[in-house]
Amino acid sequence: MARHSSAYQRGSAFPLPAQPPPAPEPPATVAGTGIGTAVPGAGQPGQPGEAGGGSGAGVGTETAVVIQAGGVSKRFVSYRNRATSLKERFVRRGGPAGEDFWALRDIDVTIGRGQTVGLAGANGSGKSTLLKVLAGILRPSSGSVSVHGRIASLLELGAGFNGELSGRDNVYLNASLLGLSRREIDRLFDSIVDFAELRHKIDDDVKHYSSGQYVRLGFAVAVHVDPDVLLVDEVLAVGDEAFQRKCLAKIAEFREQGRTILFVTHSLDLIEQMCDRVLVLESGSMIFDGPPAVGTKLLRQKLGSLPSDGPVDWQYATVRPQSVMFSHQSGGPTTVQFDPGEQVVISVELDVTEGAPEHVYLHTYIVGPEEIAIWLMETPPGGFRLEPGRHVVDFVVPRLPELLGAFAVKVHVSDAATGVPVTTRRFEELFGVSGSHAGGLLKVGYEARLRG
Amino acid sequence: MSHLADAPAPATGQVMASTPPGPRGEPDHAADSSRLAHRSRAQTKVRWELLRNLVRKDLKVKYKGSTLGFAWSLANPMLLLVVYTFVFQIVLKAGIPRFGIYLMSGLLIWNAFSGSVSAACGSVVANANLVKKVRFPLAVLPLSAVGFAAVHFLLQLAVLFVVILVLGYHLLGPNLLLLVPAGAVAFVFTVALSLLVSALNVRYRDTAHLLDVALLAWFWVNPMVYAFSLIEDRLHEWTWVYLLNPMAVVVISFQRAIYAPPAGYSTGHKAVLPHDGYRFYLEHLAIAGATSLALLWIGLQVFRTMQADFAEDL
Repeated sequence: MARHSSAYQRGSAFPLPAQPPPAPEPPATVAGTGIGTAVPGAGQPGQPGEAGGGSGAGVGTETAVVIQAGGVSKRFVSYRNRATSLKERFVRRGGPAGEDFWALRDIDVTIGRGQTVGLAGANGSGKSTLLKVLAGILRPSSGSVSVHGRIASLLELGAGFNGELSGRDNVYLNASLLGLSRREIDRLFDSIVDFAELRHKIDDDVKHYSSGQYVRLGFAVAVHVDPDVLLVDEVLAVGDEAFQRKCLAKIAEFREQGRTILFVTHSLDLIEQMCDRVLVLESGSMIFDGPPAVGTKLLRQKLGSLPSDGPVDWQYATVRPQSVMFSHQSGGPTTVQFDPGEQVVISVELDVTEGAPEHVYLHTYIVGPEEIAIWLMETPPGGFRLEPGRHVVDFVVPRLPELLGAFAVKVHVSDAATGVPVTTRRFEELFGVSGSHAGGLLKVGYEARLRG
Repeated sequence: MSHLADAPAPATGQVMASTPPGPRGEPDHAADSSRLAHRSRAQTKVRWELLRNLVRKDLKVKYKGSTLGFAWSLANPMLLLVVYTFVFQIVLKAGIPRFGIYLMSGLLIWNAFSGSVSAACGSVVANANLVKKVRFPLAVLPLSAVGFAAVHFLLQLAVLFVVILVLGYHLLGPNLLLLVPAGAVAFVFTVALSLLVSALNVRYRDTAHLLDVALLAWFWVNPMVYAFSLIEDRLHEWTWVYLLNPMAVVVISFQRAIYAPPAGYSTGHKAVLPHDGYRFYLEHLAIAGATSLALLWIGLQVFRTMQADFAEDL
């Protein structure tokens, strides 16, 4: 198909590579501080044509950027703030101020050519809004969006079908809404009908179609638009299993052809199975952008389906235990050598990001060989109230017990208010206590006697 | 008719929130111009096809399952013709000869206008689901309402011509050429107002109600059931105020083009159409045309500005 004849192709300023890039590989892993920032897609070197771009990528990879959104926010103005009739517009000025609702806050995302990106998050987190902004249906309140290539949005299958018309008429109408010319539709018509498996009913009124047949026809039209970028919103959840398989097969085919796919789904399995990358939204903010395996773990935890002992990897958590230090005095020089009876200060450095719980509770275990917990130290009830930024929590032990060996520190972070775990990190750093006994962990007072 | 080509089209490169006039973004100017021109031509063609498909859909949906339906909607104004002739000419003795023809020559274009505008007014709201889910040039929605009414108008006009010819009245002549400028003005004015009200009605839902009332009143400030000469007799040098209404100019031009009063009524005291030549009509059509173009510009601006928020307001 001649791409330039498309009705809605946008911004062809960037010459696209002649041959489609190789099948997308998972993009680079996210750096520890990469939360909330775009992941450069071209992580692994030696993959020419691999999806590239991102905030860190150079100008040279710009050709591969398909979707670029910078600082996108979307505010929905409360209806109480806005005149909804001409009468109000001219008669009532001002009035009680309602709460505006920020559906998206400062989203930065760069999606490279050929990436398959999952968009996930709880209900109301802004997934569909983001998709609509990227599709150009909603205007962002601030920020900019640019999309290169023909974009097809499957926000709803068969949107605009008219029940009174035959399937044939609806195919023509729907396809022309999606930007196909009559000649293109003529050429694709048979293929559309075959894909939908509706040849026997194509001249019947659509109102007599079953709901499955309806969405099949809608999907068939949409995928024949031949998009460079496919935006899909939850539509894969409809239809019977055979149809879902067919949809997924078509999407897999699109992936192989190096097209860019961005889809919203609640199916975490689907994300793990299909995506190279996942974006997680929470209350309109992007809280994660990175590999699906980590993202889904985060989501499962957010959605409460993950048991408490399996919080997210510390690198992607909202409160990140960055380091641990040992010293004799708070703020004093660090050391790892201690004697029993000495004071030890165990300092845990936390990196608190946006979206962290207001009050943070720490369980700090001192673990010995074979991960045996020797003792536990906790923050005071209610935890610490921490603003975003770096914080250091000192656990001061006035007198070390009679111990012998090297010990590590394991930190559990949780939300003090709800008890929901945030993350866990077991530090590699060790400190040694040189007890005077010959073996075992503790020195215990005892006496050896022979009975008799 | 280039308004369809360049105006509403949200085929864009960038969606910049900070630039207010950009409806859904501005074209990417970085592309080389020939490719851009080619693409824009192709897009224009696709948009026309979309518009045609929408009009065809409306027609198909409306007349589906009733073979007589289409014939009925053509016969409808002719039935009106008979009724009004009876009431105004025989019962009330309005003094306008061939009253039915006189009425129809003005009423058809008025009906096309008011039908277009009121259908266009609800067109975006009625297609809310589409607007919220699919990205397409939104101006095709009100324009398809205009197209739908235009198709009916042309067919009804043809029927009227047949009736006039069958009755043996004068029709064919240079007078018919006046239909071209008058039709053009009516078209531009209709498109302009349709765009305007369809956009306003998305945010201000009472636009439709206000429009209904306005159209009802507006009907009577066009000389359709009374003679324009009555207005001139009453208003004298203030007639120009009456003719500020583009539809009034369109209506009298249509009457001049189609309606031929019998001998004895064409000039003098009893004249239904006070102006025999074409100059009067052409001059006023030029003014009405300028008004319509100005309104078209406003309508396009309003539509362009407001369409970016349609999906949100619906």
